[in-house]
Amino acid sequence: MRMKHPDRGGPAQPMLIADGLKKHFAIAGGGAVRAVDGVSFAVAKGETIGIVGESGCGKSTLARLLLHLIRPDAGDLVFDGDKVGAPDGIDLGSLRRQAQMVFQDSASSLNPRMPVRDSVGFGPRVLGRTRAQAAAEADDTLRRVGLDPELFGPRYPHELSGGQKQRVNIARALALNPRLVILDEAVSALDKSVEAQVLNLLATLKRQLGLTYVFISHDLAVVQHVSDRVLVMYLGRVAESGPADQVFATPLHPYTRALLASRLSMDPEHRVEAAPITGDPPSPANPPSGCGFRTRCPHAEAVCAEHAPAAPTGQAHDAACHMLRAGSGHSAAHLLGAQAAA
Amino acid sequence: MTPLAELTDLRVRFGTGRDAVEAVRGVSLSVMPGETLCLLGESGSGKSVSMRALMRLLPPQASIAGGVQVEGQDVMALSGQALRTLRGGAASMIFQEPMTALDPVYTVGDQIVETVRQHLNISRSAARARALEVLELVRVPDAARRLDAYPHQLSGGLRQRVVIAMALSCRPRLLLADEPTTALDATVQIQILVLLRSLQRELGMGMIIVTHDLGVAAEVADKVAVMYAGQIVEQGPVRDIMRHPAHPYTQGLLASVVREGGAEIQAIPGAPPDLRRPPPGCAFAPRCPSAIDACLSAIPAELAFAPGRTTRCIRVGERLAA
Repeated sequence: MRMKHPDRGGPAQPMLIADGLKKHFAIAGGGAVRAVDGVSFAVAKGETIGIVGESGCGKSTLARLLLHLIRPDAGDLVFDGDKVGAPDGIDLGSLRRQAQMVFQDSASSLNPRMPVRDSVGFGPRVLGRTRAQAAAEADDTLRRVGLDPELFGPRYPHELSGGQKQRVNIARALALNPRLVILDEAVSALDKSVEAQVLNLLATLKRQLGLTYVFISHDLAVVQHVSDRVLVMYLGRVAESGPADQVFATPLHPYTRALLASRLSMDPEHRVEAAPITGDPPSPANPPSGCGFRTRCPHAEAVCAEHAPAAPTGQAHDAACHMLRAGSGHSAAHLLGAQAAA
Repeated sequence: MTPLAELTDLRVRFGTGRDAVEAVRGVSLSVMPGETLCLLGESGSGKSVSMRALMRLLPPQASIAGGVQVEGQDVMALSGQALRTLRGGAASMIFQEPMTALDPVYTVGDQIVETVRQHLNISRSAARARALEVLELVRVPDAARRLDAYPHQLSGGLRQRVVIAMALSCRPRLLLADEPTTALDATVQIQILVLLRSLQRELGMGMIIVTHDLGVAAEVADKVAVMYAGQIVEQGPVRDIMRHPAHPYTQGLLASVVREGGAEIQAIPGAPPDLRRPPPGCAFAPRCPSAIDACLSAIPAELAFAPGRTTRCIRVGERLAA
């Protein structure tokens, strides 16, 4: 008998709510890396939320915070209506039975001395299944991810290709029948033709098992392909969020626009003539004052250095930019106010 | 005109006996001065090994057969001083990871000066002036100050610019780049690609860029050579290959590019063959939608089917006729 987790909160209750999550890592000799600096969002049941951003934007730290693999300095997590870690909420054990994670490096996340069947059956074993039950469940799950259990069950990780290893990692995450799967750069290390296979597999599994995904990637094309909603991160904060089609069609934040304009053309007749922005993202150990993007932003004004724009809240399409906040003091925002008044 | 770089039926094998891997199985290519060639392929396809052969950078246990020429010189016959003159002089190379390509305990300036003095017989101060010149050439902002910076003080994008500056410091005629933007963020990647393209034009160098990314090839290449299982399966001008790919593998790669919308991607089924036991016929046949019996028996020859274009597919004629 496979365990199913009940839908406690009902369909309208978001699967996961992150509220003001914050994680700063102290640096030896003073200061801190502000890896995640006040991030809030909600993931509805059955949806895929894509989290996109460049290195150092805090997306991987955020992924770990969502499962409490590292403890947030501040902020709350609510899983299906229950606050994580609260006395009347949900404890970490049951959170991690219902939410699982797949990491980027498919090799280092498997035990090299454990055959695939044991790896996938490990979770069920820990939860008290007999050896035979766990093996049977592992075989079921391996079949789901497109690996023949007869052939692959007895193999060790070094006998698998990168794509096969990542299928095993997905199987291992699914072995506990989770409701939420966090995919942290889960296809980034794969070759393109294998990436396509694994993305198709993830779509099929989501449909068959009614999963909810948090899909973290630096690859815009992949995020656009898989996501219902998107969160664009920059220097530990949310720069823009909203329904994927709106964010990609009409990006509001200058950073999102630059990110989209940095995509390779795929057309030798129409090459990208000039890079849309210069420089690299600043270090999260030493972020600029005010808006984190202002040092690379073509529209930056005095107000952008003075204070950070309000982050997007809610499910609607919005961005953390003074140009979008009437009365912020940015010259473009005055225009916005006038338009609204007219 | 002599090609700048030329490989003729290159074969590279690692190991011996049952575990021997034939990483490169008969690669022929050439690059003319001022031309950019992209070697496109997935991991294990032999693209990096082929490029490293041009600089004799393969480990001694590799057994190498076939012709390797740079500016008409037989690279396999070079030794000692002649090889040092080639590496970093006539030809130089950029690697994927800028952090591991730089020495963490020397300043950026010292590292460029060392390279310059190795190849050009000039004074320390003249070498330092050249170092500043090349940092400005690759558009490092505030270049004079950066000469005294250590690699850890620079961002990833700046480090890769420094690596490119070092590679260009002795005015190579041939620049080799192994996945030069793979480790970089999207907004930085496009900066480096635009830079490489304009440097290539300014300096008139020939370039060979190894990449797994069709998008990179579309941005910078004049010619593309698509590699699969140790062989070039298709070669030709970048426009032709992106518009009308001739080999089923190239067609599959183009079709499996992730596009907008959540529809199923047309992924190529299966996986590349184990090169310890390469198949007797076309290496792609087991994954190929149009494979026939004849594909399984003999390795297809490189067929020139249009000006400047070749492919290793015996059915290309039928597809052209259709």
